[in-house]
Amino acid sequence: MSENLKFLTPELFLVIFNLSFLCMMLFVKSPMILSNGNKISALALVVTAVLVHLNPVKADPIINGFYTSNEFTTLFKMLILFLSSVILYLSDAYLKKNDLLKYEFPILINFSVFGMLVVISSNDLMALYLGIEIQSLSLYIIAAYRRDNLKSTEAGLKYFILGALSSGLLLYGISLVYGATGSTQFHIIYSAIMYTEKALGLQIGMVFLLSAIAFKFAAFPFHMWTPDVYDGSPTPVTAFMAIVPKLAIGAVLAKVLFDVFGGISDKWQLVLVFLSGGSMIIGAFGAIAQSNIKRILGYSSIGHVGFALMGLAAVSPEGLSGFIIYLFLYSIMMLGIFAFILNMEKDGVLVTDIYLLAKYSETNPATSFAFSLILFSLAGIPPLAGFICKLYVMMAIINSGLIYLALVGAIVSVIGAFYYLRIVYIVYFSEADDKLDANIPAGHLLVLFISSTAIVVGTYNLLGIEPLTRAAAESLLY
Amino acid sequence: MDYILSLITFLPLLGAVIIGLFVQGSDAQSSENAKRVSLITSIVVFLLSLVMFSEFDKNSSNFQFVEEFLWLGFFNYKLGVDGISVILILLTTGMMPLVFLSSWTTNKRVKEYLISFLILETLMVGVFVSLDMFLFYVFFEAGLIPMFLIIGIWGGKERVFASFKFFLYTLLGSILMLIAMIIMWDISGTTDITKLLNYEFESEPFYILGFYIPSGIQTLLWLGFFASFAVKLPMFPVHTWLPDAHVQAPTSGSVLLAAILLKMGGYGFIRFSIPMFYDASLYFQSLIFILSVIAIIYTSLVALVQTDMKKLIAYSSVAHMGFVTIGLFSINQQGIDGAIFQMVSHGLISAALFLVVGVVYERTHTREILAFGGLIRRMPNYAMVFMVLTLANVGLPGTSGFIGEFLSLLGAFQVGPIYAILGAVGVILSACYGLLLYKKVILGELIKENLKRINDISLREKFCLYPLVLLIIFFGIYPKPIIETYSATVSNYLQMLN
Repeated sequence: MSENLKFLTPELFLVIFNLSFLCMMLFVKSPMILSNGNKISALALVVTAVLVHLNPVKADPIINGFYTSNEFTTLFKMLILFLSSVILYLSDAYLKKNDLLKYEFPILINFSVFGMLVVISSNDLMALYLGIEIQSLSLYIIAAYRRDNLKSTEAGLKYFILGALSSGLLLYGISLVYGATGSTQFHIIYSAIMYTEKALGLQIGMVFLLSAIAFKFAAFPFHMWTPDVYDGSPTPVTAFMAIVPKLAIGAVLAKVLFDVFGGISDKWQLVLVFLSGGSMIIGAFGAIAQSNIKRILGYSSIGHVGFALMGLAAVSPEGLSGFIIYLFLYSIMMLGIFAFILNMEKDGVLVTDIYLLAKYSETNPATSFAFSLILFSLAGIPPLAGFICKLYVMMAIINSGLIYLALVGAIVSVIGAFYYLRIVYIVYFSEADDKLDANIPAGHLLVLFISSTAIVVGTYNLLGIEPLTRAAAESLLY
Repeated sequence: MDYILSLITFLPLLGAVIIGLFVQGSDAQSSENAKRVSLITSIVVFLLSLVMFSEFDKNSSNFQFVEEFLWLGFFNYKLGVDGISVILILLTTGMMPLVFLSSWTTNKRVKEYLISFLILETLMVGVFVSLDMFLFYVFFEAGLIPMFLIIGIWGGKERVFASFKFFLYTLLGSILMLIAMIIMWDISGTTDITKLLNYEFESEPFYILGFYIPSGIQTLLWLGFFASFAVKLPMFPVHTWLPDAHVQAPTSGSVLLAAILLKMGGYGFIRFSIPMFYDASLYFQSLIFILSVIAIIYTSLVALVQTDMKKLIAYSSVAHMGFVTIGLFSINQQGIDGAIFQMVSHGLISAALFLVVGVVYERTHTREILAFGGLIRRMPNYAMVFMVLTLANVGLPGTSGFIGEFLSLLGAFQVGPIYAILGAVGVILSACYGLLLYKKVILGELIKENLKRINDISLREKFCLYPLVLLIIFFGIYPKPIIETYSATVSNYLQMLN
């Protein structure tokens, strides 16, 4: 048993840190610790990342087949930990400015991250369910974090009700799969599917499972909550929800598809094609009429999820590695975008209307340039990194013979380009006279510039992520 | 000479970086310095490309100055030039100093303006030198960003509409090309253009959803590329973005658009569509001929009724690019020779015409034809330049316009005489609108009050216009230097195809 524990060190460290931090904040009401709470928690996440890095890697499942620790989980865990620590750091200034600084915020974020770590490593449908619930419950609460605000509470409630529904689907799917195969462990289900008759219950269970995960991933047709929740939640929470869970849920989806249902890929490939194509179309058309940047990002995230899913729909190692690359570069770009949005203020009041960005380039040329560069990259204009990752998934999908899906992707990316360009247009060309305040803290500027530099430099070697994603894809597939 | 192509391609980018980072100071001072830096950069690049041209072996049809580096693995950084691209590179690098000279009086966000142009130069040259199709795509597509900004920030009243239309039209075309490229990579397993030129794509007909596809996969790939190049060139009926973009773009933006960016479409046809998908090209030959003839006649008629000088020239550009496509797709020596010559010659003529319009626009802030008249009384030099250009645009023998149109039609006549005859009608129509424009703007009595004090072209404007005029006449009389540069390459292509 103790031998197995060493695989759990990062998770144990994080949860112990979290609980002790919670207890400490309950009894020691020190304003000093409170005002540094975000940074301390961010540090804890970095330490956890170091522990993940030191964690041994093993091909076979561990702890009686309950858990895995391989290249795939390590890569995703590292990414999640680093991204969430950066987001915690970014939120700090926002929370202080808006009187939202409470110790619950970092704790809930960290619990959510803990849930994600569990869900990524899970090798058992029960562990998967528990992980997803831990991360979702924390997210429901922080979506309604601004509880005196009508929109924020609405967002939290909406997210909770729809999320509970999808959890129900997930459990029902798990029970059906269990009924058909007699186990909840991934590798046993995998071989049971390979050697037993393909029961109807199994297929329905699979669809329920995929629907529930697609809900958490905000893929069409389970995307309806996304714009409202993105818009209603406080911006740091939106930043967190737009970036980190995407990686975690993406990892789970890949895992469920390849580790559990890998033997019947012909059955789920079409489901994914449908999810992917629909998400891309909704993402492109939905954002056209929006002027609220958080809603635009909500729709844009649906579209990008659609593109990423294209990689999974290809059912190939290249596709899987393209999927990971896509999620990674997407989160890098989003990090830069949110570093900017967190500071959109006019006369000291937070705003989200893109038309207020008018003439921003005249007062802040460098910031506008970096911001526009990221927007161009999100639109997929070469040579930026956003183009390269689109290229990867498209090549994978064409390689698998699904040319029509690539065509859909090509056409919607033109439509999508329209709304990204509209933001660039407002920043550079608009004649209106409303001006945003131009004070962005140095730390945020740094994140923005690192992100925009990364998408330029990333065109050279994808920031070295490619071999890692190949290793991860292989560890998942074989 | 090993890295000369990379040097030519990326030196302008270096200039842009220098302007962005190191040119500081007060507004007037820094914009003055920035203009100098960009002019010097572009001249150095031009001289370098002349050096490259002098080392270029005209008798060889191989790619020369090839350099290759590993990039992302499945596609690489590979550059090289043959006879066709070398002439277009010279056109590009030669045009840039004139562009910077002509925009010397800009005073709105000068640094950003010059940076955009320098980046655009890198990307344009990159299109012509890349020997890897994904690299080609990257350069081809990235050029949209600076051009979008150039039209959108420094353009006229309706600039937003024009910039969006330009961007989305071109993007839709080129993304279909990207799909075709990925399929090509999937089939042939390489992205190297030199290898793809020798690869034979299947042309067995098949059915998709009950539709008969003649020439099979070649047809589909050809259509993917066609979507991109037809928009870029532009061909009828996807030409409507061009007049909008031209009218709204600043003068130097129009010059580049007409002289270089349109040529990328023609270059794409000769580099990809014709040699790689020969069967499909033959199959679509009559479609191209019909579209070209419609473009020549229809847009010439549209040009007749324009009241805006730039719009008139824009429509005449579409008509003249019709000769390029008609020549290219006759797929014989005369036709292709003529089409490439027409690209170069149209690059010179239309660039000069837009500069000429820019001269009076700068003085009167209008481009309405009716706002002018009798300029010859105050601006004799201007009238002379304008006359040469009008005649060259018409295609008068003795100017470069004649050679290109004549050879293209000659090539087309061997394949489809009726199209050549209809195309020749366009020459007459171009005389109609060209001479009408000249008459209304230059000739007649000078009665408009505001024109009575207008000044003739300045020394700077002479530096811009005279070289172009001289080249147009020189190549009209002695076209050999251009044609002999690429004829070996073209005849090699044709041999390979047959």
